[in-house]
Amino acid sequence: MIELDSVTKRFRVRGREVVGLDAVSLSIAPGEFLAVVGSSGSGKSTLLLTLGGLSRPDTGSVHLNGYSLYDLSLPDRARARREAIGFLFQTFNLVPYLTALENVQVPLYLAERSPTDQEQEARRLLKEVGLGDRLDHKPAELSVGQQQRVALARALANKPTLILADEPTGSLDPEQSNEIMGQLERLHSEGTIIVLVTHDPSVAARATRRVRMELGRISEENTK
Amino acid sequence: MTTLRLVWRELRERPGQLATSFIAISLGISVIVAIKTVAHFSEKAVARQLDELGANVLILPKGVSVGDYYTSDVHGEEMPEEYVGRILNSSLQGVDNLSPKLTQSMELGTGRILLTGILPKNEFGNKAAWAEAGGIFARPTGCGTVKSPLAFLQPGQPDKMAVRRAVVEELQPNEVLVGAEVAATHNLKAGAKLTVKGKSFAVRQVLPETGTVDDSRVFAHLHTVQKLFAKPGKLNGIEILGCCQSIAAGTLIGGLNKLLPDARVVTIKQIASTQLKTNTLMEKFSVIFLAIIVIVGGAGIANYMQSNVQQRLREIGTLMALGMEPRSLLVVFLAKAVFLGVTGGLVGYVVGSLLAVVLGPQIAQAPVLPLPVWLGWAVLLSTGIAVVASALPAARAARLDPVIALREL
Repeated sequence: MIELDSVTKRFRVRGREVVGLDAVSLSIAPGEFLAVVGSSGSGKSTLLLTLGGLSRPDTGSVHLNGYSLYDLSLPDRARARREAIGFLFQTFNLVPYLTALENVQVPLYLAERSPTDQEQEARRLLKEVGLGDRLDHKPAELSVGQQQRVALARALANKPTLILADEPTGSLDPEQSNEIMGQLERLHSEGTIIVLVTHDPSVAARATRRVRMELGRISEENTK
Repeated sequence: MTTLRLVWRELRERPGQLATSFIAISLGISVIVAIKTVAHFSEKAVARQLDELGANVLILPKGVSVGDYYTSDVHGEEMPEEYVGRILNSSLQGVDNLSPKLTQSMELGTGRILLTGILPKNEFGNKAAWAEAGGIFARPTGCGTVKSPLAFLQPGQPDKMAVRRAVVEELQPNEVLVGAEVAATHNLKAGAKLTVKGKSFAVRQVLPETGTVDDSRVFAHLHTVQKLFAKPGKLNGIEILGCCQSIAAGTLIGGLNKLLPDARVVTIKQIASTQLKTNTLMEKFSVIFLAIIVIVGGAGIANYMQSNVQQRLREIGTLMALGMEPRSLLVVFLAKAVFLGVTGGLVGYVVGSLLAVVLGPQIAQAPVLPLPVWLGWAVLLSTGIAVVASALPAARAARLDPVIALREL
């Protein structure tokens, strides 16, 4: 369960104050697949980073699985991210000098799993996303679709209860996009909470709940 | 995946940037190692040079010049033998051996000779030439005595400067040692009889030829000569074999001057002054290079780390999103600095030692070999510079706001 209570976040850009989130309150129940849509600058990504414990709100609170995320110390918040949250980015954010296998090993290494465990688990995950034959390829040697699948395997490494995906299909062609969405739907069906930010209405349509954001506020909400 | 593996893979990804910092630090370290190694062997060479000269400090009566003394050490002034006790009972460091003397000119047959009263053990300790010439007298090991750096090539060979067996330990009141020239002139051999001022002496030994005034001397026990010339407790001079480092530092001469304010203390360190100047120059150079390496090497590494953090903003943001703690990020960057420092120190040591071995002998006037002790110092120094220079950029990476890092995408 995730709860945002009157969360406000403001930034200062070139001397001007920009509202990222304006008194946003939102509850996300276990097993939900939430799509956040809205135009650029509407606050979608800020909402995602705030949910992920990466951007402290100016006011309001964020509760994840019962504890107040921003009342935790920095190391504890980092541990909460390792254990409960998986991130997917539009540009994948794979570490360029590591192989696919090593990229998936990173969160397992951060969780202090043994190198043997890390390797076994990373192999299993990559096989699961259909990249069992690309283990030793570096990101530059993979197609964008394959890179996003490596990023998905990495996000799943520590069996998170929440996946935060920022435009995960934004760089993909329709076929690759469909593939990634299929994987997210599979995870959703297994009980993982998915929060996905997207511009694409067809991608948003596959979520069970949608919210629209405008000027840092939730302007519209509907459920399938 | 381990922290070291993560660091290693990143280092391999950007070898060009790394190479610049690596070359800067290892070159700096190699220059320091080379200077320090050559300086070490050069100091040893000076020490040997001074040691081979025998006595290197003279204590003379106030009005006597070094020239007077070296002419024949016969002059009008004398000083008390009590000075010897004063030196021995003091806490003065750096006196390896001291040899009090009383010399008198006298007739022998148709010519004149110099009769010099000595304390045998002390005198032999100061006479490198006697030891070298026949190896019959004991010389102590002391300052400047070194094992040949090439000794390992000749196992079983005794060290050149190692202590020699004492043949003449004592000189009886009726015994004399005769210089080579006196022996030749008066046809004297060991066991021969010699009458000096009405007293009969037995020749204990004919001394090896040294090419010095010693060849025209006859040596008897100090107290015998004092008695013979009715000068009890009197000396012409005291020759001291001083530790060259104490002489170079000025502590021995200063100490002796303080101890014997009525005597004249002179040193012959100027004989090795060129080499001493070279050593001092090298010492100054090493300090200058140390400052340069700290500033240039440190600034180079700091700049490299800073640009590395800037280039890796996306990666840092991602690692934070994946749950890396700030402390772990700090460790990743500092581990890289340690790697740079350790390898830079190792390579710097090897290159510096090679430079010293190849070019050093011309400066040190002696064979130069690598000094293993500098390996540790080189690695420590290099690592210290790399870690200190990287501390700020690493701390900046650890304190980065993940939102800012991720928005650099």
